[in-house]
Amino acid sequence: MSNRNGQRSDRESAGLWGRMKVGLEKTRQRISEGFEAFIDFSAVDEQMFDELQAVLIQADLGFDTTERLLDDLRIRVKEENLRGKQEVLQALSELTLRMLETEPGSREMQLSDDLSVILLVGVNGVGKTTSAAKLAWRLKKQGRKPILGASDTFRAAGIEQLQLWGQRVGVDVIHHSQGADPAAVAFDTVKAARARDCDVAMIDTAGRLHTQKNLMNELEKICRVIQREEEGAPHETLLVLDATTGQNALRQAEMFGDALCVTGIVLTKLDGTAKGGITVAVEDQTNTRVKFVGLGENVEDLQPFSPEDFVSALLGEF
Amino acid sequence: MFESLGDKLQGALKSLTGRGKLTEEDVDRALREVRLALLEADVNFLVAKKFTESVRQRAVGTEVMESLTPGQQVVKIVHDELTQLMGGSEHRLNFSSQPPTVIMLAGLQGSGKTTTCAKLARYLKRQGRNPLLAAADIYRPAAGDQLAQLGDQIDVPVLDMSSSAQPEDIARAAVSKARSSGSDTVLLDTAGRLHIDEEMMEELSAVENAVDVHESLLIVDAMTGQDAVNVAEEFSERIEITGLVLTKMDGDTRGGAALSVLDVTGCPVKFVGTGERPDDLQTFHPDRMASRILGMGDVMTLVEKAEQEMDEEQARRLEQRLREDKFTLEDFLEQMQQVRQMGPLDQLVSMIPGMSPHADSMGDLDEAELVKAEAIIQSMTPEERRSPDIIKRSRRRRIARGSGTRVQDVNRLLKQFSRTRDMISQLTKGQKSQAAQKLRNMGFPRR
Repeated sequence: MSNRNGQRSDRESAGLWGRMKVGLEKTRQRISEGFEAFIDFSAVDEQMFDELQAVLIQADLGFDTTERLLDDLRIRVKEENLRGKQEVLQALSELTLRMLETEPGSREMQLSDDLSVILLVGVNGVGKTTSAAKLAWRLKKQGRKPILGASDTFRAAGIEQLQLWGQRVGVDVIHHSQGADPAAVAFDTVKAARARDCDVAMIDTAGRLHTQKNLMNELEKICRVIQREEEGAPHETLLVLDATTGQNALRQAEMFGDALCVTGIVLTKLDGTAKGGITVAVEDQTNTRVKFVGLGENVEDLQPFSPEDFVSALLGEF
Repeated sequence: MFESLGDKLQGALKSLTGRGKLTEEDVDRALREVRLALLEADVNFLVAKKFTESVRQRAVGTEVMESLTPGQQVVKIVHDELTQLMGGSEHRLNFSSQPPTVIMLAGLQGSGKTTTCAKLARYLKRQGRNPLLAAADIYRPAAGDQLAQLGDQIDVPVLDMSSSAQPEDIARAAVSKARSSGSDTVLLDTAGRLHIDEEMMEELSAVENAVDVHESLLIVDAMTGQDAVNVAEEFSERIEITGLVLTKMDGDTRGGAALSVLDVTGCPVKFVGTGERPDDLQTFHPDRMASRILGMGDVMTLVEKAEQEMDEEQARRLEQRLREDKFTLEDFLEQMQQVRQMGPLDQLVSMIPGMSPHADSMGDLDEAELVKAEAIIQSMTPEERRSPDIIKRSRRRRIARGSGTRVQDVNRLLKQFSRTRDMISQLTKGQKSQAAQKLRNMGFPRR
């Protein structure tokens, strides 16, 4: 990856959200006939609503959320007698933002001044390990002293992957061998954090589908073990969701939320053309907030979530 | 939770029962529901639209078959069309007449390329071929290690060069290594990449140009949403995709992305990934996928799974007992233990049409409940197990005490047992194929 980072450093200046919009721009040109038709709409009529429906559904908002938004929009259009495209889109963007509205501070990590334990969970292939490393790097830059725990003992070379990341971001990695008890690794990571005077223990777990009861139980066990070792821990349990995922993300959020006390979401892979619209439904229905977004492969590409930027990327510039 | 499509259509078209033909209006009403089901399954908006429009043509004016209500009739048409669209029958891999055959796997990050690579190698090995794995992912930390370890597990050689080699060099090296070592199939595991990443997509075509690639498989996460069309389009523009592999199908996703990708690439789905073990790769069945996308469950997979896990000897014995009407609690226990071997209960339940919404509640009843049932049955005397009818109040109390459960638990188990006995004896009265047919018909739930 190092050779790749070298090649790409010039791109960083483009701004991360900017890069995301470039991606979106490309889709718009390519595929989304719905989008194009929508951009050209001439009058506030049923056809416009149909086109907006197409845009929202294609952004993965899902049918229910889309209909709810459009129903509200219909009311606004009528009440305020909106006629122009700008006005309508402004109203839609406000309505979407309202669904993402939350109390101040609820998108920030709740870390203790002493030792904080952060647990990363999610289905296979969403980017847990990468997010763990990026998050550790971020915390380190903020003056904290993190340590990583390789509780993914299932996946072949899962430990090696985290170790390499650890070297890259300059953070120690606690690990056992493959097939070891993940809860034991978590326990040792917390212990090691104390012993080495670290203030954040970041635990990477194996990917698991939310439908696998026994694997979900395993997560609960990891949590219990951490709790026993450190009161109030884990301080953050972050569910990693892949922005490419469609309606199933809601099921993931529900079921991980049932098994664990999920305190936030990391939405990864937003640098592609997927818009991660299901997040709106997830926030609305599970009351769990997105705290970070992944916008690229470099360590600094994990950023705090901004609802405004998200919605403007979702609906496009207007 | 969504109801199954069949239920919804039933409601929407209830008024129609008894009339002869489907009118345009009926069909439109039904197709709105179908379109919704497709969207809920993550089929791309435009693909869903196109599909329902094409079905509309076929459905208008169709005679409502006597045995089916109109709702079911529309579902059947939709189901048939979906099945056909997804390729009718199974599709196999293309092999070169001059070995080695080169199979390249490509896809987004985290779609499951490396795992699928190992599963494919395992599959090929079982078919008597001699595969070679090559790690052409030079970016992700420890990707080579991962493939090497997987290769070790399944006993397939792995070419893992230093990270300074370029993917096209690795591909060339793999082909020559295959020639010299007598491997007949090379599986190229490429790095995950974003479809809009110019440099990385360029790299993929460089690999394709460097060696003769006979199969380029696009690996698609079954949970992918609307964006699947964009991904598929970009990939198929850069390389010549010959087939798809749908991964992570063991979850509860309906997998509508399959339809989107298929629509864009025109390529058949060749395999589906159904678990984390190297054996968890299955060939693709369009009819089952159609049922799943429509939210109608996946009965054939269930039947097959049952056949796979059922001990044949036990099954014969069971059949014998059933024929003599001697199904006992001992058999019941044996049955339960076998069901347990088939996998998590909720996963099984989700395959039954109309049951997917209940899969949740079933999940809680799994292990603990089965352990309890086992304890109860084991606290019975052999005589009681063979003739449960003799278990009256005082025996029930004793059994509850002996198994550490409550009398209510014992009652419930006995009730479950008699229900199961009735159901099974009904099922086995017909031939086996008829039983399967019956299950298949359940795809259109009747209430």
